[in-house]
Amino acid sequence: MQPDISVKNLSKVYEDGFQALKGVNLEINRGEIFALLGPNGAGKTTLISIICGIVNLSNGSVTAAGFDIRKQYRKAREAIGLVPQELNTDSFETVWNAVSFSRGLFGKSPNPAHIEKVLKDLSLWEKRNNRIMSLSGGMKRRVMIAKALSHEPQILFLDEPTAGVDVELRRDMWEMVRKLRENGTTIILTTHYIEEAEEMADRIGVIRHGEIILVEEKDRLMSKLGKKELRLQLQSRLEQLPGELTLEPIELSEDGYELIYTFDSQQQQAGVARLLRTLGDLGIEYRDLQTRESSLEEIFVGLVHE
Amino acid sequence: MNLYGVRAIYNFEMARMKRTVMQSVLAPVISTCLYFVVFGSAIGSRMGDIDSISYGAYIIPGLVMLSLLMQSISNASFGIYMPKFSGTIYEVLSAPVSYVEVVLGYVGAAATKSVILGLIILATARVFVDYSVLHPVWMVSFLVLTAVTFSLFGFIIGIWADGFEKLQIVPMMIVTPLVFLGGTFYSIDMLPEIWQTISLFNPVVYLISGFRWAFYGVSDVHVGISVGMTLVFMLACMVSIWWIFKTGYRLRS
Repeated sequence: MQPDISVKNLSKVYEDGFQALKGVNLEINRGEIFALLGPNGAGKTTLISIICGIVNLSNGSVTAAGFDIRKQYRKAREAIGLVPQELNTDSFETVWNAVSFSRGLFGKSPNPAHIEKVLKDLSLWEKRNNRIMSLSGGMKRRVMIAKALSHEPQILFLDEPTAGVDVELRRDMWEMVRKLRENGTTIILTTHYIEEAEEMADRIGVIRHGEIILVEEKDRLMSKLGKKELRLQLQSRLEQLPGELTLEPIELSEDGYELIYTFDSQQQQAGVARLLRTLGDLGIEYRDLQTRESSLEEIFVGLVHE
Repeated sequence: MNLYGVRAIYNFEMARMKRTVMQSVLAPVISTCLYFVVFGSAIGSRMGDIDSISYGAYIIPGLVMLSLLMQSISNASFGIYMPKFSGTIYEVLSAPVSYVEVVLGYVGAAATKSVILGLIILATARVFVDYSVLHPVWMVSFLVLTAVTFSLFGFIIGIWADGFEKLQIVPMMIVTPLVFLGGTFYSIDMLPEIWQTISLFNPVVYLISGFRWAFYGVSDVHVGISVGMTLVFMLACMVSIWWIFKTGYRLRS
């Protein structure tokens, strides 16, 4: 199947000489939620801005919905909806007019029923006649999303969509994004909230210094790069780690009452069984144990700091 | 062609005019009325005729042109500058609209507003001064041609400006002096010969002269030259806008 977004050898050098993207290659499939993660200044927004037509590319090529973003820019842009990072809204316009404007701008005939549906889905219907300047930050964020959805895009870019919004709204947005995906919309998400990517994404891409350093299915990424940790609370204090355990990746807590054993998710239980056996042989008793898996955030931090 | 896109931009800009009717329409009408009262009725009654036209009637084309130029530039420059300032320009840049369509929307709306304003001022002038229009079709043609040309010019200023000060500099520091020295209040025939020659380098002379010819059949320069100079300026603006969109100057990095 042809990817919805195809980026080939994409580079961007700004006028001041700063190279924001260095030969990026990326394919995003139809109907998936793709999370693009990266530290500040990594090139996430530049990449999105190029695909959407806001920034000119220096080298390479990009297609959206199968159309070249330069040669067939009308077709490509018709397929794209963008929710930018900043809350850039027409403060003096009403919600209804602002959303209707976006639909017209993207070449779609007026469709009040669709606008009504979008506003209702985003809990904006009651505010349709309000000026945008009178809305709260969260409501303005919803207006931005409504504008991006007004022309029924096949591909939706969400650039930090939940920055500065409360937990309830964030949950609402996650729900909305899932519904859009169910209807076949491709969603590309950049976020600083790694839990957001962990919660929603099908695939994760990590960008650092203008280069894509990893693209992987989220579940595989979690199992491939994730770590597991076993913590054992000891019955009595250990002065130091017994020699039999020093070959294992085990640490003794400062107070001597806890053993912390870290292992790869894929390595599974062999090491744990061996450790527990060794502890039994040494007569070290424990009163409790817990295991935990590393989060996507920990994996991400590990990747970008490598 | 994305006609829905053009219409969206056009309607959005016209809606802005309705929201700011005091600033967009009433303020220029009132200030022009003051000119009519002071120069047309009060001082004008003590002035002699120029080219057999009463002084009050003589200054009408120039005063309409003054408002038309200022409002065309102001409307178009604000129209494109505000999305840049507020950041909403991202939507226009990411939309499936060509630069011709963007210009049609913004410049079309700015020119429409200016023409409406020009006609309102003309109607208001009738309250203070008696005048007639000898060539009404030419008068409207000049009105539209000037409004479009200077709206294009304003669009360029709006893209060039990176602050509100720059937005005001060209209309206040350049256009206003050119209009006042372009024969609004006098015929350039009344100037010493050297100043007549210098005045011919002022593009506004051609606009006012042509517009006045449409009213009274008298002009400082031949009407054909007036039309030609306006078209040349329009062409220069169009070429500049084409270059702006081709290079992305101050729009796309």
